[in-house]
Amino acid sequence: MKSRTKSSSAALSAKLIRRPIQRCFPIFLLPTFAAFCIGFIYPFGKGVYLSFCKFTTTSNATWIGIGNYIKAFNDASFMHAFKYTALVAIVSLIVINVLAFAVAYALTRGVKGSNIFRTVFFMPNLIGGIVLGYIWSMIFDGILSHYGTSIVLSTTYGYWGLIILMAWQQIGYMMIIYIAGLQSVPGDMLEAAKIDGANGWQSLFKITIPTIMPSITICTFLTLTNSFKLFDQNFVLNGGQPFVFMADGTVIKSTEMLALNIYNTFYLNANSRGVGQAKAVMFFVLVAAIALIQFSATRKREVQQ
Amino acid sequence: MKKAIHRKTILTVLFIVVCVVYLMPIFTVLMNSFKTNSSINTETFAFPNSSTFTGFYNYINGMNFGEYPFLKSAGYSVIITITSSILILVCTSMAAWYISRVNSLVSRIIYYLCVFSMVVPFQMVMFTLAKTAHTLHLDTPFTIPVIYLGFGAGLAVFMFAGFVKGIPLEIEEAAAIDGCGPLRTFFLIVFPMLKPVLISVGVLEIMWIWNDYLLPYLVLDRTLYKTIPIHIQYLQGSYGHVDLGAVMALIIISILPIIVFYLSAQKFIIKGVVEGAVKG
Repeated sequence: MKSRTKSSSAALSAKLIRRPIQRCFPIFLLPTFAAFCIGFIYPFGKGVYLSFCKFTTTSNATWIGIGNYIKAFNDASFMHAFKYTALVAIVSLIVINVLAFAVAYALTRGVKGSNIFRTVFFMPNLIGGIVLGYIWSMIFDGILSHYGTSIVLSTTYGYWGLIILMAWQQIGYMMIIYIAGLQSVPGDMLEAAKIDGANGWQSLFKITIPTIMPSITICTFLTLTNSFKLFDQNFVLNGGQPFVFMADGTVIKSTEMLALNIYNTFYLNANSRGVGQAKAVMFFVLVAAIALIQFSATRKREVQQ
Repeated sequence: MKKAIHRKTILTVLFIVVCVVYLMPIFTVLMNSFKTNSSINTETFAFPNSSTFTGFYNYINGMNFGEYPFLKSAGYSVIITITSSILILVCTSMAAWYISRVNSLVSRIIYYLCVFSMVVPFQMVMFTLAKTAHTLHLDTPFTIPVIYLGFGAGLAVFMFAGFVKGIPLEIEEAAAIDGCGPLRTFFLIVFPMLKPVLISVGVLEIMWIWNDYLLPYLVLDRTLYKTIPIHIQYLQGSYGHVDLGAVMALIIISILPIIVFYLSAQKFIIKGVVEGAVKG
Protein backbone atom coordinates (compact mmCIF):
# COMPACT_ATOMS: atom_id res chain seq x y z
CA MET A 1 0.00 0.00 0.00
CA LYS A 2 2.76 2.44 0.96
CA SER A 3 4.54 2.13 -2.36
CA ARG A 4 1.49 3.29 -4.22
CA THR A 5 1.41 7.08 -4.67
CA LYS A 6 -1.47 8.97 -3.21
CA SER A 7 -3.00 10.13 -6.48
CA SER A 8 -2.99 6.76 -8.18
CA SER A 9 -4.47 5.19 -5.05
CA ALA A 10 -7.24 7.77 -5.08
CA ALA A 11 -7.85 7.14 -8.76
CA LEU A 12 -8.00 3.41 -8.19
CA SER A 13 -10.40 3.68 -5.29
CA ALA A 14 -12.54 6.08 -7.33
CA LYS A 15 -12.72 3.55 -10.13
CA LEU A 16 -13.24 0.56 -7.87
CA ILE A 17 -15.39 2.01 -5.14
CA ARG A 18 -16.80 5.41 -5.85
CA ARG A 19 -18.17 5.08 -9.36
CA PRO A 20 -19.92 1.74 -8.98
CA ILE A 21 -21.60 2.99 -5.80
CA GLN A 22 -22.55 6.23 -7.48
CA ARG A 23 -24.30 4.24 -10.18
CA CYS A 24 -26.37 2.58 -7.46
CA PHE A 25 -27.70 5.90 -6.20
CA PRO A 26 -31.38 4.85 -6.60
CA ILE A 27 -30.86 1.84 -4.35
CA PHE A 28 -28.60 3.27 -1.68
CA LEU A 29 -29.53 6.87 -1.22
CA LEU A 30 -32.91 7.44 -2.80
CA PRO A 31 -35.18 5.63 -0.27
CA THR A 32 -33.72 7.48 2.71
CA PHE A 33 -33.56 10.75 0.82
CA ALA A 34 -37.18 10.50 -0.33
CA ALA A 35 -38.40 9.69 3.18
CA PHE A 36 -36.20 12.45 4.57
CA CYS A 37 -37.87 14.91 2.19
CA ILE A 38 -41.34 13.74 3.26
CA GLY A 39 -40.58 13.49 6.96
CA PHE A 40 -38.29 16.44 7.43
CA ILE A 41 -37.27 18.79 4.61
CA TYR A 42 -40.72 19.55 3.21
CA PRO A 43 -42.47 19.90 6.61
CA PHE A 44 -39.62 22.08 7.84
CA GLY A 45 -39.66 24.39 4.82
CA LYS A 46 -43.43 24.58 4.80
CA GLY A 47 -43.39 25.24 8.55
CA VAL A 48 -41.07 28.21 8.13
CA TYR A 49 -43.27 29.53 5.32
CA LEU A 50 -46.49 29.06 7.30
CA SER A 51 -45.08 31.00 10.24
CA PHE A 52 -45.53 34.09 8.07
CA CYS A 53 -49.10 33.17 7.14
CA LYS A 54 -52.58 33.11 8.56
CA PHE A 55 -54.04 29.62 8.21
CA THR A 56 -56.20 26.91 9.73
CA THR A 57 -55.09 24.15 7.37
CA THR A 58 -52.08 24.07 5.11
CA SER A 59 -54.16 24.77 2.01
CA ASN A 60 -55.78 28.07 3.04
CA ALA A 61 -52.68 30.02 3.99
CA THR A 62 -52.44 33.73 3.24
CA TRP A 63 -49.21 35.68 3.64
CA ILE A 64 -49.29 38.22 6.46
CA GLY A 65 -45.61 38.89 7.10
CA ILE A 66 -44.24 39.00 10.64
CA GLY A 67 -47.63 39.51 12.30
CA ASN A 68 -47.52 36.05 13.88
CA TYR A 69 -44.16 36.74 15.49
CA ILE A 70 -45.39 40.02 16.95
CA LYS A 71 -48.46 38.26 18.33
CA ALA A 72 -46.30 35.50 19.78
CA PHE A 73 -44.09 38.04 21.54
CA ASN A 74 -47.12 39.80 22.96
CA ASP A 75 -48.61 36.52 24.15
CA ALA A 76 -48.32 36.55 27.94
CA SER A 77 -48.76 32.78 28.17
CA PHE A 78 -45.82 32.22 25.80
CA MET A 79 -43.56 34.49 27.80
CA HIS A 80 -44.67 32.78 30.98
CA ALA A 81 -43.97 29.37 29.43
CA PHE A 82 -40.51 30.57 28.45
CA LYS A 83 -39.69 31.75 31.98
CA TYR A 84 -41.14 28.62 33.53
CA THR A 85 -39.17 26.39 31.15
CA ALA A 86 -35.96 28.26 31.94
CA LEU A 87 -36.64 27.86 35.66
CA VAL A 88 -37.25 24.12 35.27
CA ALA A 89 -34.18 23.79 33.05
CA ILE A 90 -31.79 25.51 35.46
CA VAL A 91 -32.95 23.78 38.63
CA SER A 92 -33.21 20.34 37.02
CA LEU A 93 -29.75 20.84 35.49
CA ILE A 94 -28.22 21.42 38.91
CA VAL A 95 -30.21 18.73 40.73
CA ILE A 96 -29.66 16.04 38.11
CA ASN A 97 -25.99 16.70 37.53
CA VAL A 98 -25.01 16.99 41.18
CA LEU A 99 -26.86 13.82 42.13
CA ALA A 100 -25.72 11.88 39.06
CA PHE A 101 -22.12 12.87 39.71
CA ALA A 102 -22.36 11.94 43.38
CA VAL A 103 -23.80 8.53 42.54
CA ALA A 104 -21.21 7.92 39.82
CA TYR A 105 -18.38 9.02 42.12
CA ALA A 106 -19.54 6.72 44.90
CA LEU A 107 -20.07 3.79 42.54
CA THR A 108 -16.54 4.04 41.14
CA ARG A 109 -15.06 3.85 44.67
CA GLY A 110 -15.47 0.09 44.83
CA VAL A 111 -18.97 -0.32 46.23
CA LYS A 112 -19.99 -3.97 46.23
CA GLY A 113 -22.56 -4.86 43.59
CA SER A 114 -22.15 -1.60 41.73
CA ASN A 115 -23.43 -3.26 38.55
CA ILE A 116 -26.79 -3.96 40.14
CA PHE A 117 -27.05 -0.37 41.35
CA ARG A 118 -26.19 0.87 37.90
CA THR A 119 -28.91 -1.29 36.38
CA VAL A 120 -31.49 0.03 38.83
CA PHE A 121 -30.60 3.69 38.39
CA PHE A 122 -30.66 3.48 34.62
CA MET A 123 -33.99 1.69 34.35
CA PRO A 124 -36.42 4.67 34.62
CA ASN A 125 -34.77 6.15 31.55
CA LEU A 126 -36.36 3.50 29.36
CA ILE A 127 -39.92 4.22 30.43
CA GLY A 128 -41.80 6.54 28.10
CA GLY A 129 -42.84 10.04 29.11
CA ILE A 130 -46.57 9.35 29.11
CA VAL A 131 -46.30 6.34 31.40
CA LEU A 132 -43.79 8.15 33.63
CA GLY A 133 -46.21 11.02 34.00
CA TYR A 134 -49.02 8.74 35.13
CA ILE A 135 -46.84 6.80 37.55
CA TRP A 136 -45.78 10.00 39.28
CA SER A 137 -49.12 11.74 39.20
CA MET A 138 -50.54 8.67 40.99
CA ILE A 139 -47.76 8.84 43.59
CA PHE A 140 -47.94 12.60 44.16
CA ASP A 141 -51.71 12.50 44.42
CA GLY A 142 -51.43 9.55 46.78
CA ILE A 143 -49.35 11.74 49.11
CA LEU A 144 -51.10 15.05 48.53
CA SER A 145 -54.63 13.72 48.91
CA HIS A 146 -53.90 13.29 52.62
CA TYR A 147 -53.40 17.04 52.80
CA GLY A 148 -56.51 17.76 50.77
CA THR A 149 -54.71 18.94 47.66
CA SER A 150 -53.47 17.56 44.36
CA ILE A 151 -50.59 17.98 41.94
CA VAL A 152 -52.87 19.78 39.49
CA LEU A 153 -54.03 22.30 42.11
CA SER A 154 -50.71 23.75 43.15
CA THR A 155 -48.04 25.49 41.09
CA THR A 156 -45.37 24.80 43.70
CA TYR A 157 -46.10 21.09 43.96
CA GLY A 158 -46.43 20.89 40.19
CA TYR A 159 -43.03 22.48 39.76
CA TRP A 160 -41.16 20.31 42.27
CA GLY A 161 -43.09 17.27 41.13
CA LEU A 162 -41.78 17.77 37.62
CA ILE A 163 -38.23 18.26 38.93
CA ILE A 164 -38.46 15.02 40.94
CA LEU A 165 -39.86 13.18 37.93
CA MET A 166 -37.10 14.45 35.66
CA ALA A 167 -34.42 13.64 38.21
CA TRP A 168 -35.77 10.12 38.60
CA GLN A 169 -35.75 9.65 34.87
CA GLN A 170 -32.40 11.18 33.99
CA ILE A 171 -30.01 10.60 36.93
CA GLY A 172 -29.19 7.08 35.77
CA TYR A 173 -28.42 8.24 32.27
CA MET A 174 -26.09 11.04 33.31
CA MET A 175 -24.56 8.69 35.88
CA ILE A 176 -23.47 6.33 33.06
CA ILE A 177 -21.73 9.19 31.24
CA TYR A 178 -20.04 10.33 34.47
CA ILE A 179 -18.90 6.79 35.26
CA ALA A 180 -17.29 6.51 31.82
CA GLY A 181 -15.54 9.82 32.48
CA LEU A 182 -14.42 8.86 35.97
CA GLN A 183 -12.94 5.60 34.74
CA SER A 184 -10.63 7.57 32.45
CA VAL A 185 -9.11 9.53 35.35
CA PRO A 186 -5.55 8.22 35.62
CA GLY A 187 -5.11 6.24 38.83
CA ASP A 188 -1.43 6.98 39.19
CA MET A 189 -2.16 10.68 39.23
CA LEU A 190 -4.54 10.24 42.17
CA GLU A 191 -1.97 8.01 43.85
CA ALA A 192 0.74 10.63 43.39
CA ALA A 193 -1.52 13.33 44.82
CA LYS A 194 -2.24 11.12 47.82
CA ILE A 195 1.44 10.57 48.45
CA ASP A 196 2.01 14.31 48.19
CA GLY A 197 -0.52 14.74 50.97
CA ALA A 198 -3.65 15.83 49.08
CA ASN A 199 -6.88 14.93 50.87
CA GLY A 200 -9.96 13.47 49.21
CA TRP A 201 -11.62 16.81 48.48
CA GLN A 202 -8.43 18.30 47.07
CA SER A 203 -7.90 15.49 44.60
CA LEU A 204 -11.60 15.61 43.69
CA PHE A 205 -11.52 19.30 42.81
CA LYS A 206 -7.96 19.55 41.51
CA ILE A 207 -7.67 16.31 39.53
CA THR A 208 -10.92 14.42 39.04
CA ILE A 209 -13.26 17.26 38.07
CA PRO A 210 -10.84 18.98 35.65
CA THR A 211 -10.18 15.63 33.95
CA ILE A 212 -13.85 14.83 33.44
CA MET A 213 -14.80 18.30 32.17
CA PRO A 214 -15.85 16.83 28.78
CA SER A 215 -18.40 14.59 30.54
CA ILE A 216 -19.65 17.55 32.56
CA THR A 217 -20.13 19.59 29.38
CA ILE A 218 -22.04 16.78 27.69
CA CYS A 219 -24.32 16.16 30.67
CA THR A 220 -24.97 19.86 31.23
CA PHE A 221 -26.15 20.38 27.69
CA LEU A 222 -28.07 17.12 27.58
CA THR A 223 -30.10 18.02 30.65
CA LEU A 224 -30.60 21.51 29.28
CA THR A 225 -31.98 20.37 25.91
CA ASN A 226 -34.02 17.63 27.58
CA SER A 227 -35.73 20.24 29.74
CA PHE A 228 -36.39 22.62 26.88
CA LYS A 229 -37.87 19.90 24.69
CA LEU A 230 -39.86 18.27 27.50
CA PHE A 231 -43.44 17.59 26.43
CA ASP A 232 -44.95 14.23 27.42
CA GLN A 233 -44.19 14.47 31.14
CA ASN A 234 -45.45 18.04 31.38
CA PHE A 235 -48.55 17.18 29.34
CA VAL A 236 -49.49 14.25 31.57
CA LEU A 237 -48.34 15.29 35.04
CA ASN A 238 -50.36 18.50 35.23
CA GLY A 239 -50.99 19.71 31.67
CA GLY A 240 -50.29 23.29 32.67
CA GLN A 241 -52.70 23.29 35.61
CA PRO A 242 -53.54 25.24 37.72
CA PHE A 243 -54.79 27.91 35.32
CA VAL A 244 -54.69 31.58 36.27
CA PHE A 245 -57.36 33.81 34.75
CA MET A 246 -56.07 37.32 34.12
CA ALA A 247 -58.18 40.49 34.25
CA ASP A 248 -57.99 41.01 30.49
CA GLY A 249 -59.41 37.56 29.79
CA THR A 250 -56.18 35.75 28.97
CA VAL A 251 -55.40 32.47 30.65
CA ILE A 252 -51.95 31.76 32.04
CA LYS A 253 -51.31 28.06 32.45
CA SER A 254 -48.95 28.29 35.36
CA THR A 255 -47.02 25.03 34.82
CA GLU A 256 -47.05 25.01 31.04
CA MET A 257 -43.67 24.62 29.35
CA LEU A 258 -42.69 25.83 25.88
CA ALA A 259 -43.39 22.64 23.93
CA LEU A 260 -46.81 22.26 25.53
CA ASN A 261 -47.59 25.93 24.96
CA ILE A 262 -46.87 25.52 21.25
CA TYR A 263 -48.98 22.36 21.10
CA ASN A 264 -51.90 24.14 22.79
CA THR A 265 -51.60 27.14 20.50
CA PHE A 266 -51.93 24.79 17.54
CA TYR A 267 -54.65 22.45 18.65
CA LEU A 268 -56.83 24.21 21.21
CA ASN A 269 -57.73 27.00 18.83
CA ALA A 270 -57.50 26.51 15.05
CA ASN A 271 -57.38 30.28 14.49
CA SER A 272 -54.08 30.70 16.29
CA ARG A 273 -52.15 28.17 14.22
CA GLY A 274 -50.10 30.86 12.50
CA VAL A 275 -48.99 32.12 15.90
CA GLY A 276 -48.28 28.53 16.96
CA GLN A 277 -46.04 28.01 13.95
CA ALA A 278 -44.22 31.27 14.65
CA LYS A 279 -43.67 30.13 18.24
CA ALA A 280 -42.41 26.80 16.92
CA VAL A 281 -39.85 28.57 14.72
CA MET A 282 -38.61 30.59 17.69
CA PHE A 283 -38.51 27.43 19.77
CA PHE A 284 -36.41 25.78 17.08
CA VAL A 285 -33.99 28.72 16.98
CA LEU A 286 -33.61 28.53 20.75
CA VAL A 287 -32.95 24.77 20.82
CA ALA A 288 -30.58 25.03 17.84
CA ALA A 289 -28.69 27.85 19.54
CA ILE A 290 -28.15 25.71 22.64
CA ALA A 291 -26.92 22.86 20.43
CA LEU A 292 -24.57 25.22 18.60
CA ILE A 293 -23.07 26.52 21.85
CA GLN A 294 -22.64 22.92 22.99
CA PHE A 295 -20.94 22.02 19.72
CA SER A 296 -18.44 24.85 19.93
CA ALA A 297 -17.81 24.17 23.64
CA THR A 298 -16.96 20.51 23.05
CA ARG A 299 -14.94 21.38 19.92
CA LYS A 300 -12.81 23.93 21.79
CA ARG A 301 -12.01 21.44 24.51
CA GLU A 302 -11.00 18.80 21.97
CA VAL A 303 -8.56 21.24 20.37
CA GLN A 304 -7.00 22.04 23.73
CA GLN A 305 -6.32 18.44 24.59
CA MET B 1 -7.41 -0.15 56.22
CA LYS B 2 -10.08 -1.33 58.58
CA LYS B 3 -11.65 2.11 58.45
CA ALA B 4 -11.79 1.99 54.62
CA ILE B 5 -13.59 -1.35 54.63
CA HIS B 6 -15.99 -0.03 57.21
CA ARG B 7 -16.77 2.96 55.00
CA LYS B 8 -17.37 0.74 51.98
CA THR B 9 -19.90 -1.32 53.92
CA ILE B 10 -21.76 1.80 55.02
CA LEU B 11 -21.76 3.02 51.41
CA THR B 12 -23.09 -0.31 50.14
CA VAL B 13 -25.89 -0.33 52.70
CA LEU B 14 -26.72 3.24 51.82
CA PHE B 15 -26.94 2.31 48.15
CA ILE B 16 -29.23 -0.61 48.86
CA VAL B 17 -31.60 1.76 50.67
CA VAL B 18 -31.42 4.33 47.86
CA CYS B 19 -32.09 1.63 45.26
CA VAL B 20 -35.15 0.40 47.10
CA VAL B 21 -36.45 3.98 47.26
CA TYR B 22 -35.59 4.39 43.59
CA LEU B 23 -37.69 1.37 42.65
CA MET B 24 -40.60 2.45 44.83
CA PRO B 25 -42.59 4.16 42.06
CA ILE B 26 -42.65 1.03 39.90
CA PHE B 27 -43.36 -1.14 42.91
CA THR B 28 -46.23 1.14 43.95
CA VAL B 29 -47.82 0.82 40.52
CA LEU B 30 -47.43 -2.96 40.65
CA MET B 31 -49.02 -3.07 44.09
CA ASN B 32 -51.90 -0.85 43.07
CA SER B 33 -52.61 -2.87 39.97
CA PHE B 34 -53.90 -5.60 42.31
CA LYS B 35 -56.08 -3.29 44.38
CA THR B 36 -59.64 -2.05 44.08
CA ASN B 37 -60.25 1.30 42.47
CA SER B 38 -61.37 3.14 45.58
CA SER B 39 -58.37 2.08 47.64
CA ILE B 40 -55.83 3.34 45.08
CA ASN B 41 -56.72 6.96 45.75
CA THR B 42 -57.11 6.72 49.49
CA GLU B 43 -54.36 4.29 50.49
CA THR B 44 -51.89 4.53 47.62
CA PHE B 45 -48.96 3.16 49.58
CA ALA B 46 -50.68 0.38 51.51
CA PHE B 47 -50.22 -3.27 50.63
CA PRO B 48 -53.31 -4.92 49.22
CA ASN B 49 -55.26 -6.58 52.05
CA SER B 50 -58.21 -8.93 52.11
CA SER B 51 -60.74 -6.18 51.41
CA THR B 52 -58.77 -4.31 48.74
CA PHE B 53 -57.11 -7.22 46.91
CA THR B 54 -58.75 -7.95 43.57
CA GLY B 55 -56.38 -10.47 42.02
CA PHE B 56 -56.07 -10.12 38.29
CA TYR B 57 -59.42 -8.37 37.90
CA ASN B 58 -57.78 -5.08 36.84
CA TYR B 59 -55.71 -6.86 34.22
CA ILE B 60 -58.69 -8.65 32.71
CA ASN B 61 -60.84 -5.54 32.96
CA GLY B 62 -58.12 -3.32 31.51
CA MET B 63 -57.86 -5.42 28.37
CA ASN B 64 -61.26 -4.31 27.11
CA PHE B 65 -61.67 -1.10 29.03
CA GLY B 66 -62.45 1.98 26.95
CA GLU B 67 -64.10 0.61 23.79
CA TYR B 68 -60.78 -0.23 22.21
CA PRO B 69 -59.07 -3.52 23.01
CA PHE B 70 -55.67 -2.98 24.59
CA LEU B 71 -54.15 -5.90 22.72
CA LYS B 72 -54.93 -4.15 19.46
CA SER B 73 -52.98 -1.08 20.58
CA ALA B 74 -50.15 -3.29 21.80
CA GLY B 75 -50.13 -5.10 18.45
CA TYR B 76 -49.89 -1.84 16.53
CA SER B 77 -47.11 -0.66 18.86
CA VAL B 78 -45.16 -3.85 18.14
CA ILE B 79 -45.73 -3.64 14.37
CA ILE B 80 -44.77 0.05 14.17
CA THR B 81 -41.70 -0.34 16.37
CA ILE B 82 -40.32 -3.39 14.58
CA THR B 83 -40.98 -2.35 10.98
CA SER B 84 -39.81 1.21 11.53
CA SER B 85 -36.61 0.12 13.27
CA ILE B 86 -35.73 -2.38 10.56
CA LEU B 87 -36.51 0.12 7.82
CA ILE B 88 -34.36 2.76 9.51
CA LEU B 89 -31.44 0.38 10.08
CA VAL B 90 -31.34 -0.93 6.51
CA CYS B 91 -32.05 2.30 4.63
CA THR B 92 -29.93 4.70 6.66
CA SER B 93 -26.91 2.38 6.81
CA MET B 94 -27.01 2.11 3.02
CA ALA B 95 -27.37 5.86 2.69
CA ALA B 96 -24.56 6.50 5.15
CA TRP B 97 -22.26 4.16 3.25
CA TYR B 98 -23.07 5.96 0.00
CA ILE B 99 -22.47 9.35 1.63
CA SER B 100 -19.10 8.37 3.09
CA ARG B 101 -17.81 6.60 0.00
CA VAL B 102 -19.08 8.99 -2.66
CA ASN B 103 -17.67 12.35 -1.73
CA SER B 104 -19.83 14.49 -4.00
CA LEU B 105 -21.65 17.74 -3.40
CA VAL B 106 -24.99 15.93 -3.14
CA SER B 107 -23.58 13.62 -0.46
CA ARG B 108 -22.24 16.50 1.54
CA ILE B 109 -25.48 18.46 1.32
CA ILE B 110 -27.54 15.49 2.47
CA TYR B 111 -25.10 14.76 5.28
CA TYR B 112 -25.25 18.32 6.60
CA LEU B 113 -29.04 18.35 6.28
CA CYS B 114 -29.09 15.19 8.41
CA VAL B 115 -26.88 16.80 11.05
CA PHE B 116 -29.09 19.88 10.94
CA SER B 117 -32.26 17.81 11.40
CA MET B 118 -30.93 16.50 14.73
CA VAL B 119 -31.30 19.89 16.40
CA VAL B 120 -34.84 20.52 15.13
CA PRO B 121 -37.46 19.88 17.82
CA PHE B 122 -40.56 17.94 16.81
CA GLN B 123 -42.89 20.89 17.54
CA MET B 124 -41.28 22.75 14.65
CA VAL B 125 -42.57 20.29 12.06
CA MET B 126 -45.46 18.56 13.84
CA PHE B 127 -48.33 20.33 12.10
CA THR B 128 -46.96 20.24 8.57
CA LEU B 129 -45.63 16.71 9.03
CA ALA B 130 -49.04 15.41 10.10
CA LYS B 131 -50.69 17.13 7.15
CA THR B 132 -48.11 15.73 4.72
CA ALA B 133 -48.61 12.25 6.14
CA HIS B 134 -52.38 12.47 5.70
CA THR B 135 -52.05 13.74 2.12
CA LEU B 136 -49.72 10.88 1.19
CA HIS B 137 -51.78 8.29 3.13
CA LEU B 138 -48.89 7.52 5.40
CA ASP B 139 -51.28 7.51 8.37
CA THR B 140 -51.62 3.77 9.01
CA PRO B 141 -49.37 1.56 11.18
CA PHE B 142 -48.11 -0.07 7.99
CA THR B 143 -47.05 3.14 6.28
CA ILE B 144 -45.99 5.26 9.28
CA PRO B 145 -42.48 3.65 9.15
CA VAL B 146 -41.79 5.95 6.19
CA ILE B 147 -42.43 8.95 8.45
CA TYR B 148 -40.20 7.49 11.16
CA LEU B 149 -37.50 6.86 8.57
CA GLY B 150 -37.77 10.44 7.37
CA PHE B 151 -37.83 12.13 10.75
CA GLY B 152 -35.35 9.73 12.39
CA ALA B 153 -32.87 9.57 9.49
CA GLY B 154 -30.65 12.35 10.79
CA LEU B 155 -29.22 10.72 13.89
CA ALA B 156 -29.00 7.27 12.27
CA VAL B 157 -27.16 8.51 9.17
CA PHE B 158 -24.85 10.55 11.38
CA MET B 159 -23.96 7.58 13.59
CA PHE B 160 -23.50 5.16 10.68
CA ALA B 161 -21.42 7.63 8.66
CA GLY B 162 -19.16 8.23 11.63
CA PHE B 163 -18.49 4.51 11.90
CA VAL B 164 -18.09 3.85 8.16
CA LYS B 165 -15.34 6.48 7.98
CA GLY B 166 -13.27 4.26 10.28
CA ILE B 167 -13.57 1.17 8.09
CA PRO B 168 -10.44 0.80 5.90
CA LEU B 169 -11.12 1.12 2.17
CA GLU B 170 -8.78 -1.76 1.37
CA ILE B 171 -11.35 -4.38 2.29
CA GLU B 172 -13.89 -2.99 -0.12
CA GLU B 173 -11.20 -2.52 -2.78
CA ALA B 174 -10.24 -6.16 -2.50
CA ALA B 175 -13.88 -7.15 -2.84
CA ALA B 176 -14.26 -4.92 -5.90
CA ILE B 177 -11.14 -6.40 -7.51
CA ASP B 178 -12.63 -9.84 -6.99
CA GLY B 179 -15.66 -8.71 -8.93
CA CYS B 180 -18.07 -7.92 -6.14
CA GLY B 181 -20.68 -5.27 -7.04
CA PRO B 182 -21.67 -2.49 -4.65
CA LEU B 183 -24.81 -4.28 -3.44
CA ARG B 184 -22.99 -7.49 -2.59
CA THR B 185 -20.05 -5.57 -1.14
CA PHE B 186 -22.41 -3.70 1.15
CA PHE B 187 -24.56 -6.57 2.35
CA LEU B 188 -21.89 -9.27 2.57
CA ILE B 189 -18.91 -7.24 3.74
CA VAL B 190 -19.79 -3.79 5.10
CA PHE B 191 -23.12 -4.54 6.79
CA PRO B 192 -21.72 -7.29 9.07
CA MET B 193 -18.90 -4.96 10.09
CA LEU B 194 -21.45 -2.36 11.18
CA LYS B 195 -22.73 -4.67 13.92
CA PRO B 196 -21.80 -2.49 16.93
CA VAL B 197 -23.47 0.63 15.47
CA LEU B 198 -26.41 -1.42 14.20
CA ILE B 199 -27.05 -2.48 17.79
CA SER B 200 -26.65 1.04 19.16
CA VAL B 201 -28.87 2.65 16.52
CA GLY B 202 -31.36 -0.21 16.79
CA VAL B 203 -31.69 0.23 20.55
CA LEU B 204 -32.09 3.98 20.19
CA GLU B 205 -34.78 3.68 17.55
CA ILE B 206 -36.68 0.96 19.41
CA MET B 207 -36.74 2.95 22.63
CA TRP B 208 -37.76 6.12 20.81
CA ILE B 209 -40.54 4.62 18.70
CA TRP B 210 -41.97 2.37 21.42
CA ASN B 211 -42.33 5.30 23.81
CA ASP B 212 -43.23 7.95 21.25
CA TYR B 213 -46.55 9.63 21.83
CA LEU B 214 -46.96 12.84 19.88
CA LEU B 215 -45.84 11.70 16.44
CA PRO B 216 -48.17 8.69 16.15
CA TYR B 217 -50.92 10.65 17.92
CA LEU B 218 -50.83 13.36 15.26
CA VAL B 219 -50.03 11.18 12.25
CA LEU B 220 -52.18 8.07 12.73
CA ASP B 221 -55.89 7.95 12.07
CA ARG B 222 -56.78 7.83 15.77
CA THR B 223 -60.25 6.35 15.43
CA LEU B 224 -58.78 3.25 13.82
CA TYR B 225 -55.28 2.96 15.21
CA LYS B 226 -53.78 3.47 18.63
CA THR B 227 -50.41 2.68 20.14
CA ILE B 228 -49.79 1.90 23.81
CA PRO B 229 -48.89 5.48 24.86
CA ILE B 230 -51.90 6.85 22.96
CA HIS B 231 -54.12 4.20 24.52
CA ILE B 232 -53.01 4.98 28.08
CA GLN B 233 -53.28 8.73 27.54
CA TYR B 234 -56.74 8.24 26.01
CA LEU B 235 -58.01 6.24 28.98
CA GLN B 236 -56.79 8.80 31.48
CA GLY B 237 -57.55 11.90 29.49
CA SER B 238 -60.99 11.49 28.03
CA TYR B 239 -62.95 9.62 30.65
CA GLY B 240 -64.86 11.47 33.33
CA HIS B 241 -64.52 8.57 35.71
CA VAL B 242 -61.17 6.88 35.29
CA ASP B 243 -60.73 3.24 36.18
CA LEU B 244 -57.41 3.73 37.98
CA GLY B 245 -56.94 0.03 38.65
CA ALA B 246 -57.18 -0.78 34.96
CA VAL B 247 -54.74 1.99 34.11
CA MET B 248 -52.26 0.68 36.69
CA ALA B 249 -52.53 -2.80 35.21
CA LEU B 250 -51.99 -1.48 31.69
CA ILE B 251 -48.97 0.54 32.81
CA ILE B 252 -47.46 -2.64 34.24
CA ILE B 253 -48.19 -4.55 31.05
CA SER B 254 -46.63 -1.82 28.94
CA ILE B 255 -43.41 -1.45 30.96
CA LEU B 256 -42.93 -5.18 31.47
CA PRO B 257 -41.57 -5.82 27.93
CA ILE B 258 -39.16 -2.89 28.33
CA ILE B 259 -37.85 -4.21 31.64
CA VAL B 260 -37.43 -7.74 30.26
CA PHE B 261 -35.74 -6.35 27.13
CA TYR B 262 -33.51 -4.20 29.33
CA LEU B 263 -32.49 -6.94 31.74
CA SER B 264 -31.72 -9.36 28.92
CA ALA B 265 -29.62 -6.96 26.84
CA GLN B 266 -28.57 -4.42 29.44
CA LYS B 267 -25.02 -3.90 28.21
CA PHE B 268 -26.07 -3.08 24.66
CA ILE B 269 -28.96 -0.90 25.71
CA ILE B 270 -26.93 1.32 28.02
CA LYS B 271 -24.19 1.58 25.40
CA GLY B 272 -26.65 2.32 22.60
CA VAL B 273 -28.73 4.87 24.42
CA VAL B 274 -25.74 6.76 25.75
CA GLU B 275 -23.77 6.67 22.50
CA GLY B 276 -26.63 8.28 20.61
CA ALA B 277 -26.69 11.27 22.90
CA VAL B 278 -22.97 11.68 23.33
CA LYS B 279 -22.31 11.64 19.62
CA GLY B 280 -25.38 13.62 18.72
